[in-house]
Amino acid sequence: METLSLQGSPKTPTIEMNAESGVIEIKGRSIPENSIDFYRPVVEWLDSYAETAAEVTEVNIQLEYFNTSSSKCILDVFKKLENVFKNNGEKGVTINWYYEEDDEDMLEAGEDYQSILKIPFKMIELEE
Amino acid sequence: MLFELAIKTKHSMKFDIEEWYKDLNKGDIILSHYGNISASGITVMLDKIEQEVNERAEKSKLRKRVHNVMIEALQNLYHHTDNPPKNVINKFGKNFATFVLKKESENNYSFTSGNFIDKNRIKSLKDRMDQINYLTSEELKILYKLILNNDEFSDKGGGGLGLVDIAKRTGHEYNYTFNNYTDDFYFFCLTITIST
Repeated sequence: METLSLQGSPKTPTIEMNAESGVIEIKGRSIPENSIDFYRPVVEWLDSYAETAAEVTEVNIQLEYFNTSSSKCILDVFKKLENVFKNNGEKGVTINWYYEEDDEDMLEAGEDYQSILKIPFKMIELEE
Repeated sequence: MLFELAIKTKHSMKFDIEEWYKDLNKGDIILSHYGNISASGITVMLDKIEQEVNERAEKSKLRKRVHNVMIEALQNLYHHTDNPPKNVINKFGKNFATFVLKKESENNYSFTSGNFIDKNRIKSLKDRMDQINYLTSEELKILYKLILNNDEFSDKGGGGLGLVDIAKRTGHEYNYTFNNYTDDFYFFCLTITIST
């Protein structure tokens, strides 16, 4: 399976999804007007990945800002990962949710996802 | 109350948008806008806002909160401003929206926007804002998660998630008026307070 790489822009995050290593990274800002179009290849990649997932999948999410239109798409991404988690068991998926020191809103956003989903989250504070 | 007053004045006086904007556009202005709103325009505006807030050396918590609210508020304006009849468009242009973001005092910003709205959309918007104003912060958190996890949510931000998100972040009530402009269109004025 090919690696999915999307270069970041002022409105979209940098995305790197490597099926071989099982490392998935989403970093930067996610504020496009049309989030569904932007996240479509990501969701499709995860559909294929769920069938041949690496033994351990590590997901690193480090967002500075995201809009509500993206928040729904990010939830869709997590729901796809939930399938991987269900197939691979407890050690199969780790989600690292990074937030900057003092950014309580971003921590809360991570906690909101955590409460909706059945995958373990690690909240990691970044020092400024 | 203000809504009722605005309705009562219906045929007596057309809302003076220029005067309203002029009055508003005073103080420590971060950014103000009067005209067409577009996706590319929003990118430029967000950049300017970020620079201006950085120059005021705000704490990162307030800086981020202002930016987050601005992303949502400007995209709301872009997605939801209605186009009034041709004679009004001739005066203001298409996709007309106006806003003023200003620093009111230490740790306190205000954002006031104005846009045309089809009178048929007023009730649902008003009901949604009244509901949000009535809810506690804990209840807003629950509502946010309910809408987020609802499959009917659209890419345009349907379901009012943007409004819930802003209120959840700011913890302040929405102040709004709907002001009659033509038989079928009102001018919707909304003020959001942002503080830490």
